[in-house]
Amino acid sequence: MQAGILLQLAQTLLAILLAPLLMGWVNQCRAWLQGRSAPPITQPYRTLRKLFHKDAVIAHTASPLFRFAPYMIFACMALAAGIVPTLANDLPFSPAADVIALVGIFALARVFLALAAMDIGTSFGTLGARREMLVSFLAEPALLMVFFTASLISQSTELPVIVDTLAHQEFAIYPSLAFAAVAFWMISVAENARIPVDNPATHLELTMIHEAMILEYSARHLALIEWAVALKLFTYSALGIALFLPWGIAGQGELGMLPLALVAMAGKLLLGGAVLAFLETVSAKVRLFRAPEFLGTAFLLAVLGMLIHFLLEV
Amino acid sequence: MKIGDNDWNLAPFGQHVWRGRMETGQLLALARAVKEAGGQLVALWGSDDRHLAPDTQAQPAPLASRERGGFSIHVALLTGSGLAWASCALPADAPAYPDLAHIFPQADRMQRATFDLLGIRATDAVDDRKWLRHGAWPADVFPLRKDFDPGRPPTRDTDAYPFIRVEGEGVHEIPVGPIHAGTIEPGHFRFSIIGERVLRLEARLGYTHKGTEKRFEGMDLDTGAKLAGRVSGDSHVAYAWAYCMAVERAAGSGVPERAAWLRALFLEIERVANHLGDLGYLGNDVALSFGFMQFWRLKEDWLRLSAKLFGHRYLFDRIVPGGVAVDIGDAGRAELAAEADRIEAEVRSLKAIYDEHATLQDRFANTGIVKPELAARLGLTGLAGRASAQAWDARAQFPQAPYDQLDVGMATHRRGDVLARAEVRFAEIHESLRLIREMLKRLPAGAIRAPLAPAAAVCEGLGWVEGWRGEVVVAVRIGADGRLDRVHPHDPSWQNWPLLEVGVLGNIVPDFPLINKSFNLSYSGQDL
Repeated sequence: MQAGILLQLAQTLLAILLAPLLMGWVNQCRAWLQGRSAPPITQPYRTLRKLFHKDAVIAHTASPLFRFAPYMIFACMALAAGIVPTLANDLPFSPAADVIALVGIFALARVFLALAAMDIGTSFGTLGARREMLVSFLAEPALLMVFFTASLISQSTELPVIVDTLAHQEFAIYPSLAFAAVAFWMISVAENARIPVDNPATHLELTMIHEAMILEYSARHLALIEWAVALKLFTYSALGIALFLPWGIAGQGELGMLPLALVAMAGKLLLGGAVLAFLETVSAKVRLFRAPEFLGTAFLLAVLGMLIHFLLEV
Repeated sequence: MKIGDNDWNLAPFGQHVWRGRMETGQLLALARAVKEAGGQLVALWGSDDRHLAPDTQAQPAPLASRERGGFSIHVALLTGSGLAWASCALPADAPAYPDLAHIFPQADRMQRATFDLLGIRATDAVDDRKWLRHGAWPADVFPLRKDFDPGRPPTRDTDAYPFIRVEGEGVHEIPVGPIHAGTIEPGHFRFSIIGERVLRLEARLGYTHKGTEKRFEGMDLDTGAKLAGRVSGDSHVAYAWAYCMAVERAAGSGVPERAAWLRALFLEIERVANHLGDLGYLGNDVALSFGFMQFWRLKEDWLRLSAKLFGHRYLFDRIVPGGVAVDIGDAGRAELAAEADRIEAEVRSLKAIYDEHATLQDRFANTGIVKPELAARLGLTGLAGRASAQAWDARAQFPQAPYDQLDVGMATHRRGDVLARAEVRFAEIHESLRLIREMLKRLPAGAIRAPLAPAAAVCEGLGWVEGWRGEVVVAVRIGADGRLDRVHPHDPSWQNWPLLEVGVLGNIVPDFPLINKSFNLSYSGQDL
C-alpha cells in the first residue's frame, strides 16, 4: 500500500513536471516541419520561469474568482493527471474517479476558465468563453461516447479495469476501438485548442477561442494556466494511450516493469507529439462554424464504434 | 479634354495627366460627367494659397475664379484618357466647396480630413464628423494652414468620436484596437455583432497622424524624396517615384532613360516582395503556418538580394529627383534574373499547395465578398479593385516610360472575395517577375541621374504610379525659393478602407482578420 502511494505521488509529480516537455516537443516538431529552426525543447519551462518572476497585473474590475480560477484549473488538471494511468496501473487514486467523473473534472476546469474570462468584462473574454462553450458542449458528449465504447469491452467505466482488460488479457482485435480512437483524436484536438479548431499560436484576438479567455492573465496566474494547458495535453495523451495503446503500462505490483513502462510511455508520447505536429502542419484552421461539424463527425464515429461493438464483438 | 459630351477646361499636363482650374459649380458638373463616363475620384485635397501672389496661382492654366489669395480645393479624377487634376480657388474667409461624396462616396473621408487639416468645408456633406483630428489640436485650429503656430502645446482633451450605433435585441459591440495583440499599425474597429455575425463595422483611423504634409513645407527637393518614400514604408518605391515624377514635371526636366527603367525595376521588386509577404500572411491567418514560413522565406531571400544589389532591403532612397542613386552591373543583372526564375518556380509549387488545400480554399472562397457593382459604386481601387472586376492599372492603361514598351498584362478577377485577392496577387507576382526579366534584358545604357532644372517661379507637378496596393498620387507645388511649398501624397487606402467595412458585412467575426489581411491597407499612408 505504501509503495502504491509512493508510486502514485511519483507518477503525478512526473506528469506535472514532464507535461511542458511534451509541449516543447510538439512545438519543436512543428518548427521543423515548417522548415524553420526550432526553439529548444525546454522552451516551455523557460516561459514558465519567466512568467513566475513577473508581477501580476490584475484588472480593477476583477473579482476574487479571477485570482482563484488559475489555481482551480491547475488543480483539476493535476488531479486528472493523477487518475489516468501513465506508468503503473491500479494506483490508490484510481478508484477516486472513473471516466465519467474524469469528464466532470475537465468540465469543472473549463467552467472556471470561462467564468474568469467573463468576470473581467472585456469583449474578448466573453467572446472566447462563448466560443469555448460552443466547442465543449459538442466535445463532451462525444468524449463520453468514446469512453462508453471502451468500457463496453471491459464492462467497466473504471480506467484501471479498461487498461487491464486491453493490456494484460489475451490479445484481441476490437474494430470498435478503431472508430473510438479516431473520434478521441478529434475530440482531443478540439479540447486542447489545437489546429484545426483553434490556433494556439495566433495573435489575432478576433479568431481566438482559448487564448481569448486568458488575454487578461499575466505573471503567475498565466504561468499556472499555461502549465495547466500543457498538463491537459499530457493527460489527454496519457488517456489516449491508456485506452488505445495500453501495452507497456505496469500492472498492479509489477514494480520491475516500471523502467520498461517509462520507456514505452516516452516513446508513445514522442510519437504522438510528432503525429500531432504533423497533422497541425498540414491542416489549416476551419471556419468557426465548421467546428460543430468536426465534432459532430467525432460523435458519429464514437456512436459507430459502439454499434460495431454490439454487431461484431458481443 | 473631352469627357462625356462636354469639352472641359483641362489642358495636357505631362503624359496622361490633365490640369485645369475652374469654378466650384463646374467642378461638380465635371465630377458628374466623370462618374457617368465610368471614371472614379482618386484624390481630394486642399491647399492654403493665401501667401501666394495672385499671378503665380494662375500656373499653368488661366485662373477662372475672381477670388485670389485664398484656399484651393484639388481633385484628381480618373478618366478614360488619363488623370484629370482640377482645382478651384476658394475665398480666404469660410472656404467651402460643394460636397462631392454624393457623387463619389470615397470622397467622404478625404473631405473630412481636408476640413480637419485646413478648415475647408464641404457644404451639405452628409457626414461632417472629424476624421484625422483626434485630440492633438482643437476643432477651430487647422494645422496645415500657413499661419498655424507649430509651437502651440497640444491639447489634451479629446472630444468623443460619435460612432454609429446599431440597436436591437441581442446586438452588442466589440471594440478592437487601436492597440492590438500583434505588432501591427494602430486602428480602432467597432464591430456591432449579433452572435458571431457582423452587422456593422466602423473603422476609426488617424492614430498615426504625424503631420507629414506639414513636414514637407520648406523642405528642399532631395530631402522631400526621402520623406515622400516614408509616407507608407511598404510602398516606398511607389511614393518616391511618384514624388520625383511630380518634382521633375514641375521643374520641367526629364530623367535619363536608364533611370526610368531602373525605377520601374525597383517598383516591380517592391511589388513582388509585398505580394510574397501578403500570401504568407493569408496562410498564417488560417493557421497554415507552413505557407507563412515558406512565403516569408522567399520574401527574405528577395529582400536580401535587394540589399546586396542595391544597398537596401526595401530600396529606401534609391530613387532620387532626377534619376536613381544606384546602378546595376552585369553580374547583378544575371543574379537578379536567376533569382526571379527561382522565386517563380517556388511560387508555382506553393500555389499548387494553396490550390489543393481544402480547408484553406474553404476559408478563402466566399469570404469578404465585394461585388463588382458595389466596388464600382464605392470606388474600390488598386489590387483589391482588380479582384472585384475594377480593371484599372496605370501600368497597362496609362503607361509611362518604360511601361509603354513593356506591354503589362493586367490581372483581374470577378469574385471579389479573399480568394480573388489572393489569385490576383499570384498573377501579379508572375507578371512582375516576367517584367523584371524583360527589363533586365532590355535595360538601356546611359546615365542614371540628370540634374534638375532649378525652378525660378512657383510651379506644380503631379506624379502617378501604380504601386503594389494601387495608384499612388503625389501632387507637389514648389515655391519661388525652390523649396517645397505643398505636397500631398495620396494612398489608395483612402478609397479602400470603407470597402473593408462593407466587405465584412454578413461574415462572422473570426473571419475579419483574414478579410482585413486580404486588403492589407496602409494606416500610415492615409493617416499622414
